[in-house]
Amino acid sequence: MAVKVVQEWLNSCSGCEISIVDMGERLLDVLALVEFVHSPVLMDHKYFGQLGDGKHLEIPEAAVGIVSGGVRNEEHLEIIRLMRQKCQIIVALGTCATHGGIPALSNSYSNQETLERYYGTESTDRPEEFPNQGVPTLLDACSALDEQVKVDVYLPGCPPHPDHVFAALVALVEGKPLDLPGRSVCDHCPTVREGKGQVKQLRRFLQPPYQQSPDEPLDKMRCILEQGMLCMGPVTRAGCGGDGITPRCLTARVPCRGCYGPVKQDGNQRLDMLNALASNGIDVGSLPETVSMLRFAGAHRMLRPARKA
Amino acid sequence: MGQLINIQPVTRIEGHASIAIQLDDRGEVQDSRVHFMSLRGFEKFVEGKPAEELPRIVNRICGICPWQHHLASNKAVDRCFGVTPPPAGRKLRELMQAISHSEDKILHFYFLAAPDFVMGPDSDYGVRNVIGVAKAHPELARRVVRMRYATKMILEKFAGKAIHPHAGVVGGFSRVLLEEDRREFLGKMKEMLEFALFTIDFAKTQVFPKYLDAVASLGVINTGFIGTVDDHGALNLYDGKIRLMKPDGSFVDFDPQDYLDYLGEHVEPHSYGKFPYARCWNEGFSLDPLQPRGIYRANTLARINVADKMATPRAQAELEEFREKFGRPAQFTLLHHWARLIEEVYACEHAIELLEGPEITDPNVRAKVEPKAGRGVGCLEAPRGTLIHDYTTDSAGMVTKANMIVGTTHNLGPISLSVNQAARTLIQRGVVDETILNKIEMAVRAYDP
Repeated sequence: MAVKVVQEWLNSCSGCEISIVDMGERLLDVLALVEFVHSPVLMDHKYFGQLGDGKHLEIPEAAVGIVSGGVRNEEHLEIIRLMRQKCQIIVALGTCATHGGIPALSNSYSNQETLERYYGTESTDRPEEFPNQGVPTLLDACSALDEQVKVDVYLPGCPPHPDHVFAALVALVEGKPLDLPGRSVCDHCPTVREGKGQVKQLRRFLQPPYQQSPDEPLDKMRCILEQGMLCMGPVTRAGCGGDGITPRCLTARVPCRGCYGPVKQDGNQRLDMLNALASNGIDVGSLPETVSMLRFAGAHRMLRPARKA
Repeated sequence: MGQLINIQPVTRIEGHASIAIQLDDRGEVQDSRVHFMSLRGFEKFVEGKPAEELPRIVNRICGICPWQHHLASNKAVDRCFGVTPPPAGRKLRELMQAISHSEDKILHFYFLAAPDFVMGPDSDYGVRNVIGVAKAHPELARRVVRMRYATKMILEKFAGKAIHPHAGVVGGFSRVLLEEDRREFLGKMKEMLEFALFTIDFAKTQVFPKYLDAVASLGVINTGFIGTVDDHGALNLYDGKIRLMKPDGSFVDFDPQDYLDYLGEHVEPHSYGKFPYARCWNEGFSLDPLQPRGIYRANTLARINVADKMATPRAQAELEEFREKFGRPAQFTLLHHWARLIEEVYACEHAIELLEGPEITDPNVRAKVEPKAGRGVGCLEAPRGTLIHDYTTDSAGMVTKANMIVGTTHNLGPISLSVNQAARTLIQRGVVDETILNKIEMAVRAYDP
């Protein structure tokens, strides 16, 4: 019997859903094993009845609820709470769901500040009032799912690699435990590390890392951090390379920015990175700013509006 | 006060929206509203970040068109720092743009739109989806999935990451295209072109003819159009001047750096999403269905309308056939689907052109860069419309101000008008059923929001 699945997206970009589609032909195998009973992107099940005359939000019961995106407004909150009631297993799909993701950068600002800018840009005719009719009220911050409900399975990544989405769906269908890579991006990175380097200052990523030739394989290139550019690999959870293992940023010869979130679910990428840099004698004052170290993990109250003087 | 109908959420679209239709006591449509629900505030939270990091932050605006945000952002930062990418760096960006357009259009046509046309707008919602299509046409489904995957894997293999890319860098591109990869990608894009030609032929012979009545009636409105063209007036997805066309077909061309002189954004109390409008028409903004003001459309139909021609031969032949049938500008909303498939042919042909060009494998892909104070507007065509990123940096190259007009938002006004038109035409004397409500949503889906 097919496993019933509810899929929802909250404060999200739809990249996680496209990652599901990017499984290739494995997608067709998965579709044969699961039965989507609610999925706004794929099918036409509605919240308030198919005729739009219902009074209460309705989501069908299912074995598995897959949710991408963080929780940013009252509608998101209502949906995730109802899904928790209706689904046996809640899967947090993607770093927005597990740690807030990029949109949680807005946690550095109050809603008032965000609204003032968004409705006050140079191209915008500034309204007397911000929109407030039939749109869900914003919550004070963008939170990860587990700040609101219990989460059973964490599948981070921005987006999660299709190999892991596939592995997770198969494990859920077969009722087997899911084995995802732990440890850090560096543990899967083939570049050459020579131990403590001579680097005392960090440069911004304005020039390519040094390579002897354009086709030099990655396992001959010196570690980007040891070349003196910030790379979040040491404090970022592994897995972005999927079954191919090699971290995807490094494949393109650019440094990691932390999109799988902290190595441990409750880790703090900024704190851990600053500690790692300091213990290697690198002047953290050479960095232009450090909020970006939490660009994927600003939920869980990691980022907060500055206190007013 | 009559019945209130909520279509919530609007489904098989790529964003978050709902529709509210208010009927009067006689059961006729009194008013309709489309609520665009998402507000994330990128314009605020990119402030204070190093500008060169923005292409890797703002790509998260959209997981379906991350390449377009990534590349528009790179173009804006280049301009802030006063740097011009070397020819190969620029061409590699342009190649990524063409390939990502090609897979996006396949995704929308087969996964999101096709259920309405292949299964039928009045089919049960349980089968009116991609899974239903896959069961009804298993061989086609396998071919679609395989072709799209092959294209996506070019992006993945060469650029490291297909969704939320990072290979575009300020000053150019992070990777050099090796000859063996060039040959492999060229072969794949030639296959993709074959598939694009198959798809448009399949649509023209087996899908569109069944729906000509719907095309001529569903969601039909009269608006202006926006898109990007090159110096010869041909459609260009990566660079050029913006052409803003009035409903009567007359137009102005402008440099994207001057967009503030031509476009404005209006705010409605029922939508977080803002409503861009043609400020330069000096008629203001209005969603009054009888007398809309300032409304133009973006996306495939708009680009096909504003372009004098297509720069590649197969796409040009398709455009000529389309114009012969529907004129210029073509206004029927459902023609977005047809126009999308013409652009699909163009995107594949253009990717092949780039891969066959001499400069694409040049190892000089990235110019030297120094952060500095400046302002830059980065503009290109996202699948859903003209995309504008506008940044200002301080002397350290940190972002002090950012404004973005995102492809889909140009169409929020037109979508609202098309929904109103569809609802008024289809709902009479209070009779509402699932097919009617789905048809109203089809007017939205044409815009692929």
